[in-house]
Amino acid sequence: MDETVAEYIRRTVLKIPRDEIKMMLQKWGFLSEAQLQTLNFHQIKDNISQEVVQLCEENSADIKQAAALDIIYNHIYQNKRMWSVYQMRKTGEELECFDLTDFKKKFKRRLRSALKNVTITFREYEDNAIWIRVAWGTPHRQPNQYKPSYVVYHSQTPYVFVSASVLKSNLPLLCQALIVASNYHDIREMELRSHSLNSLKDIVFKRYSQNFQTYCPKPLPGRTVEPESVDLRIINENRSEKERIQRLNQEAFGDGPQPILQFAQYKLETVFKTSPEMDVLDKKEPFRCLVKFSSPHLLESLKSLAPAGMADAPLSPLLTCIPQKARNYFRIREKRGLFPGSFVSP
Amino acid sequence: HIATSLPLPSERDHLRPRIDLIVFMIDIKSKCSLKNVEASLAYVDASFFLGKVCFLVTGVGRVNCCSIETNAISKLAEAYCSPVLFCELELEGVRVATAQRLLRMLQICAGLVPGFSALSFSLLMRNSADD
Repeated sequence: MDETVAEYIRRTVLKIPRDEIKMMLQKWGFLSEAQLQTLNFHQIKDNISQEVVQLCEENSADIKQAAALDIIYNHIYQNKRMWSVYQMRKTGEELECFDLTDFKKKFKRRLRSALKNVTITFREYEDNAIWIRVAWGTPHRQPNQYKPSYVVYHSQTPYVFVSASVLKSNLPLLCQALIVASNYHDIREMELRSHSLNSLKDIVFKRYSQNFQTYCPKPLPGRTVEPESVDLRIINENRSEKERIQRLNQEAFGDGPQPILQFAQYKLETVFKTSPEMDVLDKKEPFRCLVKFSSPHLLESLKSLAPAGMADAPLSPLLTCIPQKARNYFRIREKRGLFPGSFVSP
Repeated sequence: HIATSLPLPSERDHLRPRIDLIVFMIDIKSKCSLKNVEASLAYVDASFFLGKVCFLVTGVGRVNCCSIETNAISKLAEAYCSPVLFCELELEGVRVATAQRLLRMLQICAGLVPGFSALSFSLLMRNSADD
């Protein structure tokens, strides 16, 4: 077995928390049950990984199996990576039957024709998700297994979720291979990024609970403010205000759990406005400024701003439109009305 | 009665009993809270400041998160001639003790303690603080 493969397997096993190693090796299926029985999972991880490498040596593992183990690890710990979303477009409405083998073949062929040294691994999961792992090399160097890119493609949708490696130069090639393999016409990057892959899927597949505009002249009876276990002797003077905030919040965010995003970034390219006396800038140049909101769960924290009294309800539509517009990176230019929606430039 | 700011909504005017004590709660972690209190003070009738107003500063346990200087609060208290209490709501013991103090103050302000008026109590609090 190749030394690099052995080292790679060893490092991958070291990443896994000790309690999960057995489960992951079973999922991998490369080592037999009998072999797994011989492993002692109660020693330090260093020793466990050495033993695993020994067993893989016996089974002569190659890079393909090692890559499969890596995909399994990253599928379970998908939230450690940062994912961005790409949308593909096709001309014409022909609904073609999706053929998995055809897709894989075309994808591999396209990548390999451009770059000889790549490692490509596929793995399908129940929810129609195809996980692709690509390790990149150069014409003169073997692929770097430690910085692979991951792609998640749901075959019935035009969306692809990519967690690129640091080597951004390979992105155009990856995109090309994707559209060729899936019979699409072109691909563009959406301004939507998050650590939570499932939340990104929820947003683009519209699986989160949206609030539809229903004509509701007064709040529905029976809708109370959060039931606090309250002493009847405490009288809340601002009850109607609280109910108003609650209602506006519900209209803006809906009832269900919010998709998990970590950032919202607004790049301002607006002109600095001052009173005429304070003419700081002679030329009316756009004042470049970046506003970034970050939180472990951004939408949930935005939702709780008004009820907590930290912001006025209704919140700015710039904040509440994030799931509907499926973007969390905005560019705000000098406006003539509300912020222009379609100003995404690649 | 709890309210987020003053003035109180007028629709409940007829349901409100006599007000004996107003406690302004300032969260030391939020500058917004201080601004809100300063704005609401303008709506309080002058007669309340003769001992029927008190400032309660919460969140003092979390030293790292203080946004407001105690200086600013002392200035406010001096300007409005009212006492300040500091407490930490997250600690059960302190919470209970503060509640008891406030109840005692309320008893005095409501005139339920014979021989002791709200004004005399506030003067008492003032003098001991200055020393």
